[in-house]
Amino acid sequence: MAGPRHISVSEESRPVLPRHAKLKFDETRQVWVILAPERVLAPDEIAVEVLKLCDGQRSVGQMVDMLAEKYAAPREAIATDVVAMLQDLADKGFLTQAREKTS
Amino acid sequence: MSVTDTSPAPAAAIQDGLAVLEQNKSTAETFGIPLAVLAEMTHRCPLQCPYCSNPLELDRASGELTTEEWKKVLSELAEIGVLQIHFSGGEPTARKDLVELVQHASDVGLYSNLITSAVLLTRDKLAALADAGLCHVQISFQGNEPIIADRVAGLKDSHRKKIEVAKWTRELDLPLTVNAVMHRQNLHQLADIIQMAVDLDADRLEVANVQYYGWALKNRAALMPTLDQIEETTRIVDEAQARLKGVLTIDYVVPDYYALRPKKCMGGWGRQFFNISPTGKILPCHAAESITGLEFESVRSNHSIAWIWQNSEAFNRYRGTGWMPEPCRSCEFKEVDFGGCRCQAFALTGDAGNTDPACALSPMHDAIFKQAELESAGASNRFLYRNFAGGTLEAGDDGA
Repeated sequence: MAGPRHISVSEESRPVLPRHAKLKFDETRQVWVILAPERVLAPDEIAVEVLKLCDGQRSVGQMVDMLAEKYAAPREAIATDVVAMLQDLADKGFLTQAREKTS
Repeated sequence: MSVTDTSPAPAAAIQDGLAVLEQNKSTAETFGIPLAVLAEMTHRCPLQCPYCSNPLELDRASGELTTEEWKKVLSELAEIGVLQIHFSGGEPTARKDLVELVQHASDVGLYSNLITSAVLLTRDKLAALADAGLCHVQISFQGNEPIIADRVAGLKDSHRKKIEVAKWTRELDLPLTVNAVMHRQNLHQLADIIQMAVDLDADRLEVANVQYYGWALKNRAALMPTLDQIEETTRIVDEAQARLKGVLTIDYVVPDYYALRPKKCMGGWGRQFFNISPTGKILPCHAAESITGLEFESVRSNHSIAWIWQNSEAFNRYRGTGWMPEPCRSCEFKEVDFGGCRCQAFALTGDAGNTDPACALSPMHDAIFKQAELESAGASNRFLYRNFAGGTLEAGDDGA
């Protein structure tokens, strides 16, 4: 059956790109893209870094911790940005959560 | 941090993909390879919709590209930088090699989308396509219930079958777009169609008003909506877009006869889109062959696809803004809408180089607006069904 969609992103979420949203490096244009139905999205450098962390295991909170440490930046500011970006993708249907069951 | 939507949607580009992805180049001059390409696998189709976007002169099965030719095309597209392939038609599932071709698209790294009427699909076939790496399914609907939908499609039991396939699509965890082509005879069902898309758990709904070329132009008198219908449609879509945010994305294509400004057709001629016809011709849009006097080159020629895109006479004829006559030439919107649609200019004025009459600045605009109003209030609801025999008029009398 269809996986859970249209999630509300919080620091507890463990998001992952669904199989119809593919993060790919476009060799021709030398940029990262997300391929989605009828869409090609162009994530910026930091968004790509965040999306690479979205493996369905790691929580958004853990990602924020990693980024805050790496960039020595205020945690709250990063958390706000990360949650907003991921929520925007989720609203468009290009981000989902890991399934509860692993069958 | 941000994620920019570059929407390479073939119908009516909402945003401009190339401008985002090719920031270092002047896209108006370089014409980078499109992000998405439409492959019309065949013109064969069990449906007979009177607004079909295929040309009046349909390609026969005997002339279609072979499996090996399509594979070569797909490989070449991936190599030159195309990211997405739309398998369309006619009805693409009428090709027995579709699973093999979807698998090949996956193997060469193309994101694949199936644009289908759904009526030929079985659950096993759909599952095989999903296993081959199909990424997205778009199913056309002609209404929200069988009486109108089956009549428009010219095929009994088609609506029930579409609903069934749409459910399988979601069961197989494939994202679903419902494509609803709207016209005078089904616009009153729009609110129900939106609900149908929600109930089917679709991700996206295209509310696409008929664009009047080819078959649709022949059926314009039976299809043209009234101005009141269009105003009501816009209201319903606006309300639904707000209410269904995060649940269903709704893309809306307005009918340009009632617009003041023309649509940026195909994102501009030869600018960010091409399609491949069943026989392998590379076309700036699926209606381009309706423009007589243009020669379109084929993948069967000695030229590469990239060469045809960049150098062929047909692609360069209306590219950019240099070809424009007045009132386009001095218009401040010339790089916004690129003069509208060449096929519509040809169909309505006899010259593809004229300003699209959908533009209020075209000397013909008032005339086509009045024509639309007249036809929308007209008495004929009979369709001319699309088929290989040049069309068949719907049975019955002319009374609406």
